[in-house]
Amino acid sequence: MSAVESTETTKDVMSEVADPSLRVLIENFLVDYAHMIDDGRVEEWPNYFTPDAFYQITNRDNYEAGHPIGIMQCKTQGMMKDRVKAIFEANVFEPHVYCHLLGRSRLREEKPGRYHARTNFQVVRTMQNGGQDIIATGKYIDVIACDGSAPKLQDRRVVLDSRRIDILIVYPL
Amino acid sequence: MAVSAAEELSDPLIWPEEGVARVPYRVFFDEDIYALEHEKIFRGPIWNFLCLEIDIPNHGDYKTTFIGEIPVIVTRDEDGAVYAMVNRCAHKGALVCLKEHGNDKMLTCIYHSWTYDMQGKLRGVAFRNGSRGKGGMPEDFNPEQHRLEPIRVEIFCGMVFGTFSEKTPPFETYLGPRMSGFVKRSMGRPVKHLGMHSQIMHHNWKLYAENLRDSYHATLLHTFYTTFKINRLDMDGGILMSDDGMHHISYAKRDTLKEDGEYAASGVHSAQYDSHLNAPEFMDMFPEIDDGITHAIQTIFPTLCVQLTLNSLAVRFFVPRGVDKTELFWFYLGGEDDTEEETQMRTMQSNLTGSAGFVSLEDGCINEFVQRGTTGSLDKESFLEMGGRDVANSEGSRATETAIRGFWKGYRELMGV
Repeated sequence: MSAVESTETTKDVMSEVADPSLRVLIENFLVDYAHMIDDGRVEEWPNYFTPDAFYQITNRDNYEAGHPIGIMQCKTQGMMKDRVKAIFEANVFEPHVYCHLLGRSRLREEKPGRYHARTNFQVVRTMQNGGQDIIATGKYIDVIACDGSAPKLQDRRVVLDSRRIDILIVYPL
Repeated sequence: MAVSAAEELSDPLIWPEEGVARVPYRVFFDEDIYALEHEKIFRGPIWNFLCLEIDIPNHGDYKTTFIGEIPVIVTRDEDGAVYAMVNRCAHKGALVCLKEHGNDKMLTCIYHSWTYDMQGKLRGVAFRNGSRGKGGMPEDFNPEQHRLEPIRVEIFCGMVFGTFSEKTPPFETYLGPRMSGFVKRSMGRPVKHLGMHSQIMHHNWKLYAENLRDSYHATLLHTFYTTFKINRLDMDGGILMSDDGMHHISYAKRDTLKEDGEYAASGVHSAQYDSHLNAPEFMDMFPEIDDGITHAIQTIFPTLCVQLTLNSLAVRFFVPRGVDKTELFWFYLGGEDDTEEETQMRTMQSNLTGSAGFVSLEDGCINEFVQRGTTGSLDKESFLEMGGRDVANSEGSRATETAIRGFWKGYRELMGV
């Protein structure tokens, strides 16, 4: 919880990411994440996180009320690997793909090596029969660890605007 | 003389002579049957779940919900009691409450400012006496004859139920002692919200009512359950029903697992999963209730389910949104005095269920596959003979469809089909 609270409460005192090359590095990393899922490489998904990272899909109501339970939550990279394994080996669903449309990321620096980002997004889901729907609209609230070369997500909250999910959510957002 | 529903339908529904071991597919897509269900079931002699008491803790709190597709307001008045009424202005039928929850002294319809107290009684009509001596309501207008349609309320274990019918027995009688005792087991304590979401499923509401009672599928479709030994048909467990068959409990005891060669021998999908977890701690549980049951699903006819799987306590409530759409609400709960560690465990276990649940994810689409599979098959029917053809408790085995047959027994009696 603390990572998000710090995003929300200290953003006024955090500083801009002054180094343009660092900004591009983080922005590209966030875009690569979306393309990884859209291109069906979800087995790479845990690699985008630090080993002790927190990942959650929740909705605006839960997020604003401070409720701990969302729709999907992993408190370690190991849990993310279990998610991936379940997608391939356990869960049953109709084939579909996502297309993430990202807004521009707003980056801030908490301290050297630790950055915060907010990125608005929409996700269109295409089913095997050609049916298409916008299944998610919301914001990523991220904390990113970056030593200058390889950014990793330390904390990603996927906050959906709607409390209502269409059918199900299989792949992470 | 009561006219049976079958005769009220322009195309009468003739139930197959095999009884509740068959279900005509037509009941899942026929608009006339769907309309009749609102009269015979949702407005009939049954208790409908409305909300949790913690949703309206303070005087003046209100929350909107649904009985079938009928919009409903639940309030807590200044007297501390809970009231329910149809969310439909007595004037022209507009929604009175637009917000899903709030707190107020009065409820005012925004269309023509008709104002109701928190019990639904009409307290004010704008321009009742007209303007400048002209217009206004007729002399004999009597506000007492124009209130929000009342719904009788009972509260049980922190859950608010409502009924339109004077014939509905008291809630504990409706459930029977075995069912009400089991509700107390799960919900008989102060609770708090831990999170909620809903999911839209593209199928008739009764397919989810069946799905909840389908202990046969639970360990076959849901691979995750089986492999991680939360719930398998070879664990001690069983199906208990109310005497009328309408409500049921499915339970399992995780510590009693006896490996059944049937899973491996038949090569069922759910036995093939390599059970190694990278992070098994998400299944960590704490001792909560001392009866050995580690997985319990309880249905209350028509549209409620109380779940206690490991420590994951949730109320599932589903609302019809048309003949082929259903919205399923997941209300995740914790004990009011849970420790931080206990909350953490309930939070991580919540990954099992919900619209992205390791276990329940498939239920979002499986009933849609039935809807799509059956549409257009007007004179065809399902075959439900697993565990027999009757409606009876099944202690010791969950390889049965007895609870589904129990649902249809209650449905047929209410609908008169």
